[in-house]
Amino acid sequence: MVPIILTTSTTDRQMPEFATELTNVCLRRGSVNALDNVSLAIPVGQTTAVLGASGSGKSSLVQVIIGLLNADSGTVTTLGVKILPENQRELRRNIGYAIQDVALLPHMKIRENVTLPAVLGQWSRDRQDERLAELLALMHLPDSVLDRYPHQLSGGQQQRAGLCRALMLRPALLLLDEPFSGLDTMTRRSIHEQFLELQQKVPISTVLVTHDPEEAIRLSQFIVVMRSGGVQQFDRVQTVLDQPANDYVRDLMTGLSGAGP
Amino acid sequence: MRVLALALILATIQTANAEPVVIGSKNFAESYILAEASAQLLESKGFEVDRRFGLNGTKIAYDALQNKAIDFYPEYTGTIAEVILEQPSLTELNDIRNALAERGLQLLDPLGFNNSYAIAASTESAERLSLRRISDLANAPPLRIAFPHEFLNRQDGWPGLQARYNFHLDVDGIEHAIAYEAINAGQVDIIAVYTSDGQIVQSDLVLLDDDLEFFPEYLAAFLTHDAIDPEIVQILASLSGRIDDAYIRELNLNVLDPDRSYADIANGFLHDEGLILATNQGPTLVDNLLKNTKRHLKLTAIALAFAIVTGVGIAATVYPHRRLADAFLYFTGLLQTVPSIALLALLIPLVGVGQTPAIIALFLYSLLPIARSTVTAMLAIPQSYRQVAAAMAMTRAQEMRYVLMPLAMPHVIAGIRTAAVICIGTATLAAFIGAGGLGDPIVTGLALNDTRLILQGALPAAGLAILTEILFGFIERSLVVPHMRSSARPT
Repeated sequence: MVPIILTTSTTDRQMPEFATELTNVCLRRGSVNALDNVSLAIPVGQTTAVLGASGSGKSSLVQVIIGLLNADSGTVTTLGVKILPENQRELRRNIGYAIQDVALLPHMKIRENVTLPAVLGQWSRDRQDERLAELLALMHLPDSVLDRYPHQLSGGQQQRAGLCRALMLRPALLLLDEPFSGLDTMTRRSIHEQFLELQQKVPISTVLVTHDPEEAIRLSQFIVVMRSGGVQQFDRVQTVLDQPANDYVRDLMTGLSGAGP
Repeated sequence: MRVLALALILATIQTANAEPVVIGSKNFAESYILAEASAQLLESKGFEVDRRFGLNGTKIAYDALQNKAIDFYPEYTGTIAEVILEQPSLTELNDIRNALAERGLQLLDPLGFNNSYAIAASTESAERLSLRRISDLANAPPLRIAFPHEFLNRQDGWPGLQARYNFHLDVDGIEHAIAYEAINAGQVDIIAVYTSDGQIVQSDLVLLDDDLEFFPEYLAAFLTHDAIDPEIVQILASLSGRIDDAYIRELNLNVLDPDRSYADIANGFLHDEGLILATNQGPTLVDNLLKNTKRHLKLTAIALAFAIVTGVGIAATVYPHRRLADAFLYFTGLLQTVPSIALLALLIPLVGVGQTPAIIALFLYSLLPIARSTVTAMLAIPQSYRQVAAAMAMTRAQEMRYVLMPLAMPHVIAGIRTAAVICIGTATLAAFIGAGGLGDPIVTGLALNDTRLILQGALPAAGLAILTEILFGFIERSLVVPHMRSSARPT
């Protein structure tokens, strides 16, 4: 498969050309090729949706980008740094990561959960509080949630808190692994809006894993379609819609394929 | 490192006890009285004495002596020949002494009485059937005979007796203590007794003459190791030949009086014999309670502390490796199946008697609940938390502190809580090997059939168990947020 590399004109910060770049990445998990010779360059300052059915390798892709999984072969360069086992800690401080399970720590109140990355980064209390207030406003969370435990929040509030935690350290790259999947339609819509609002105010390079074409179209500028560990198509949203690379992509985008979970 | 620390602590416990004269006794009234008499006599001569009474059986007492964990204890010639030397044919005192000398032990001069088996008849049936000798039983009309189970099975008991006298009699099994009640109530005519039993006097029984000289002699004497201070031997010699069969029966009978302690009786004996002048003011109930409780807590706390460090440490290290974790849990589970008394007995040849083997045994018993709950807790932590922790670039220590430990805490505390309660219960058995604690009055009470004594150990032990539950409730409340406490979790 020929890697499709797109350049964007929005590299305004002192940033590398791509938020993350994968070259010929292969990863086996058990007997499955989770990633099968994947080459991708994710543009900076934009949202790229990784779309595919369960088991298509989309979660593995995100975990390889942050170094939670190590590729068997090929190279991964995230935020201009080639991922090696020894440099990941520093790199991860620049990456926000949110997942479907949210995984807010149940023994900590929301305040402690959200500020935990800052506590680990030894931020001052004032700096933490300032950032916390910013994030709450951004995510439309009331102050009252701060002294609650995760289980006392609704699913939508938990996921918003999870996003706050991911954004705490002002990451240069945001990795979202189906964070909106478990939510009801109404809640999902309102979080979608907040996400778009956020991306308008402070654009962050974002990789959003989803199995929902509608969500991908609504939230992102680029779409990567994955199937069986391979990339079917990687292009601007409109291009994927207008010129699907193959029948699978077309069926998926028109909601006809069995791409559901 | 941990092993080193353990060894160090055990070593200090050992040496701390090395100074005083350590006296053992077995767990029956007579042994208590004889040991206590020797203890008070030595104390009156200025020796410091450490009492390790109530050792559970000949094997434990003998092992303890061989390991010099005790300095001497009262033993019987027949038992020495049969159980210790395993040469039942040795009947002469000198032969027994020679055989013991080869093992570095010496038997002091006998105290004067013979505590052998004997066949006893109620005075009424003895007169009615004119029974005087054991051989008379052969020609008597049908009798109701009941013998203790042990007597029925020992070669020096019924099987040998039956062969020697060529009896064809029907006999029933009965508990030793109940035998007296049965003969008092007229339900049986003939029972087997120990010749020194106080109940022989109480129940007014006639001992039948062993006319064919079947029963071996069980002369009581102090058995010591030969490294013992000769001065002690000299002092103990003043007890030799002082107690005949009738005298020991009287002393043993006194123990049956619930108002007289064995210490009291031993003191009375020494006083009557003019061996000591002062009347012994024994420790009060409160003194004993405090001493036993303190010792009990010490045994439990040390064992539990080591078990927490080892159990949590090993479990938290091995849990990612399923095979290793399973092997560790299997091993600790196996330890759990070893009966406590057996484990304690097995430890004696290795570390002697007293607190050390008790602490080791309690430590081993505490490992399983702690290790199992830790492994379970670690495995139960959802992968997503660890992913998020890794994504936050946590170090191993940070992951432990912020994620793993708090999430595992409720289970781990529950495991430690279980271990603590097990420990407090099991620690009562430690008294069988002379470790003291609240088991001490229980063991003594059992040996002397003294319910009040048993309660002096059992009630505080039960109280301690309840307090432990309450304490761990507090610990959980201070370490675990409300919705994650064991009481809040559906089980």
